[in-house]
Amino acid sequence: MTPRLQRLRGLVRKEMLQILRDPSALMIAFLLPFILLIINGFGLSLDAHHMKIAAVVQAGSAQTSGVEQALDNSPYLSVYWASSAQAARQALDEGEVRGILTLRQDFAQKLARPQRWPADAQLAVNATDPNTARLLQGYVTGAFTTWLQGEAEERALSMGGGPVLETRYWYNPQLRSTDFIVPGVIALVMSMTGTLLTALIVAREWERGTMESMLASPAGMAELVGAKLGTYFVLGMGSMALSVLITVFVFGVQLHGGVLALTFTAALFLIFTLAQGLFISTLTRNQFVAAQLAFITTMMPAIMLSGMLFDIASMPRWLQWVTYLIPARYFVAAVQTLFLAGNIWSVLLPNLFGLAVAASLTVAATLAVTHRRLD
Amino acid sequence: MTPLARAEGLSHVFPGKTGSTQALDAITAEIAPGVITGVVGPDGAGKTTFLRHLAGLLRPSAGRVEVLGHDMANNAAAAHPFIGYMPQRFGLYEDLSVAENLGLFADLHGLRDEARDERSKQLLEFTGLAPFTARQAGALSGGMKQKLGLACALLARPKLLLLDEPSVGVDPASRRELWRIVERMMEEAKSSGAEMGVVWATSYLDEAERCASVLLLHEGKVLSNAPPADFLAPMAGRVCRVTLPAAQRRRAVAVAKTLPGVLDALVQGDSLRLVLAQGAAPPDAALLGGSETKLVPPRFEDGFMDRLIAAAPPQKTASLPPVVSFADGAVIEVQHLIRRFGAFVAVNDVSFTIGRGEIFGLLGPNGAGKSTTFRMLCGLLRPSAGSALVAGKNLLTAAAQARARLGYMAQKFSLYGELTVRQNLDFFARAYGLDRTARGPAITDALARFELEAVADDLASALPLGLKQRLSLAAALLHKPEILFLDEPTSGVDPLNRRAFWARIGELAAQGVTVLVTSHFMDEAEYCDRLAIINAGRVLVTDTPAALRARVSTPELPDPTLEDAFIALVEGEAA
Repeated sequence: MTPRLQRLRGLVRKEMLQILRDPSALMIAFLLPFILLIINGFGLSLDAHHMKIAAVVQAGSAQTSGVEQALDNSPYLSVYWASSAQAARQALDEGEVRGILTLRQDFAQKLARPQRWPADAQLAVNATDPNTARLLQGYVTGAFTTWLQGEAEERALSMGGGPVLETRYWYNPQLRSTDFIVPGVIALVMSMTGTLLTALIVAREWERGTMESMLASPAGMAELVGAKLGTYFVLGMGSMALSVLITVFVFGVQLHGGVLALTFTAALFLIFTLAQGLFISTLTRNQFVAAQLAFITTMMPAIMLSGMLFDIASMPRWLQWVTYLIPARYFVAAVQTLFLAGNIWSVLLPNLFGLAVAASLTVAATLAVTHRRLD
Repeated sequence: MTPLARAEGLSHVFPGKTGSTQALDAITAEIAPGVITGVVGPDGAGKTTFLRHLAGLLRPSAGRVEVLGHDMANNAAAAHPFIGYMPQRFGLYEDLSVAENLGLFADLHGLRDEARDERSKQLLEFTGLAPFTARQAGALSGGMKQKLGLACALLARPKLLLLDEPSVGVDPASRRELWRIVERMMEEAKSSGAEMGVVWATSYLDEAERCASVLLLHEGKVLSNAPPADFLAPMAGRVCRVTLPAAQRRRAVAVAKTLPGVLDALVQGDSLRLVLAQGAAPPDAALLGGSETKLVPPRFEDGFMDRLIAAAPPQKTASLPPVVSFADGAVIEVQHLIRRFGAFVAVNDVSFTIGRGEIFGLLGPNGAGKSTTFRMLCGLLRPSAGSALVAGKNLLTAAAQARARLGYMAQKFSLYGELTVRQNLDFFARAYGLDRTARGPAITDALARFELEAVADDLASALPLGLKQRLSLAAALLHKPEILFLDEPTSGVDPLNRRAFWARIGELAAQGVTVLVTSHFMDEAEYCDRLAIINAGRVLVTDTPAALRARVSTPELPDPTLEDAFIALVEGEAA
């Protein structure tokens, strides 16, 4: 064994012993991902189930009961059958329901006469939250279309055919937003745990005065940084594995891509986040400031600009350019692709390239700021 | 003989928000192999900065440092395998065990196989840490931590051993052991043909006296660089002792300091020790209210003070305290005090009384029961049996009024580092319930009396140790207490500041303030009127410092120090 290897072995062993004795590192690595995934995975569902809606049927008939059935069958809607327009209006005002569907008096008559077909129905939506309003509109339209399609098919058969639009949802056939969000949360988890793990450890060595004796020892800076990166890399990959297991087994998100490709992607991103943490803690030399900086520099960009929640393509052009500077963006894109679509190399490779550049630049920057001096 | 290390015109400037600080100013010095070079000087003199340069941890602002022929500015890595460095702050991993810490350093220095095992075993034996190899470093006592730090620094048989105040906060027995270990390792190195040079920074002058050569730093400059004997030589015939009656001593110090030709005056036991200017005649004993003036042999400390005073002459102040006697009754009364923690008896039948205006010391090694006794006196801990009365009251049950008559200065700096000096004083004035009209004058007075005006608007955390301790004392005295509790007040403080501190305490005592001090630090004990020596929860003896020294005087050791007395008494107890 060369002296360098022996020094590395000693330093890695030291890091491992410290991790085992200090619960905070293990908590960051395993408890934080668990909590973040559970909270975000269950709480951050973008599709709403059982949205409450009032329906007013001014004159019941065979046709309206068809609509009623279609609405009742929708898993996204929970229908309150109002006795009058006033009652429905009151429910909307009081926030009991999010919208009112009105089937007018002449609905059935119009439907019966082919030249006036289809008949009118009115949907009034509480649009204080435009996103929910749009969702509600989509679900009602969906239920309506399903029913209308059934009707049309019947009529088309009797009338001798006509075009029918068939929709297929690829990559997420069940349209579950969980499948899209949870892989994004993995990116958030890995940004935070990776950075936080290392942000604290170097700052701690400065605070406790142990860095001074390390700097005066024969260990080189690359060895000190390397031993930390290496040890915490293993811990971070364990944290990643836990996140993937939760995603697959708790949230039932299927992994379409390869495990190897996912591991490689995670490794690149982890090197970046660990190095970012080392960089922060080397500059601040203070655990408290380092932890704060780690939160600000990882949480915000990972949530806002990574594409985890908000579609990058719908951002203003200048902001889209900014997202290219956020490595979490590449990771989110790659992880979502791997989970939902599979090993699509034309998508993965550019993102992996982005991650590789980010990782090597950050490691280089960290080595540049960690010089062997106290001043 | 080629020097082991050499500094040439070494300067170091720390940039700061309020202006830069010149920590080192054109230091030129050589470190010889095979001997101990002491680095001494007041706090903030640049001792730590100098050692850090020798360890290659700082880049010189000007000049250069060479260790074993390597320029430390750009080739420190080449020298590091041959340097053992023990920083002032404990530099080991507290969550690693003794064996694991040693193992880490063995790996870092590339020790392996038999050499590694043998060396670790040897050092564990030397340091007495062998029974504690599985204990986490954080759970070791102060003395044992320092021994472990020393063992790690010695592990790779360095050619240059750098020790930055290793004996701060360490009890006298452990302090002696640190010396014994270093001296033994030096001998061992010599016999194996590879000499080890040691640089030992210290604020203990008895340690400096044991060094082959002493580098005296003051405000970043070298005041002298010579063997201890050279510090003594010019002092011959310039140190005298005036025997005084007890009640006169404190007043006499103040008077003596105003006399021309007297550089320094210090109460010592039942007499006053004076250091005279070059060529000055000893003053008439009658002037000081004494009976006899006698020339005595100088000590290293006299030479040290002489050079420091020459570099920065102190102002001669003339505030004369009144003469008081301690006759008017006991202020603190402790009777048959016992405190148990489970089966462990921390304080075992301790009794003593302290009179008004008396400075009383509780002296003992770490874990002797000093702090427990102290806490019971403060009313923070309930005695298992016996009584502890302060001004006739039990502080555990007494009203806040009784506590308001008490001032307390903790061992650890317990002020707010993020506040300025003035803000700290303001906070403590409010905490002690001084009203608006009293607060302003009290703070102004404290700033003036403790010479803190120049730093009034500096952050407390940025002050050097001596000033921090002065600020702590100022805060403890804001409400003019009658009783003052001091917990190891000058541990780690340099001799200059220590003397100034005790001069102030002496003035307070002369005004009738009763002072109780705990310490494991013998220099502090010298300033006390009476001492109780505590070991393993029991009072071994209560007496004046002079009587304690006389007790252990033998033909071989006719003039023992208090430290000798202490060790003899504690060891006599153990035997």
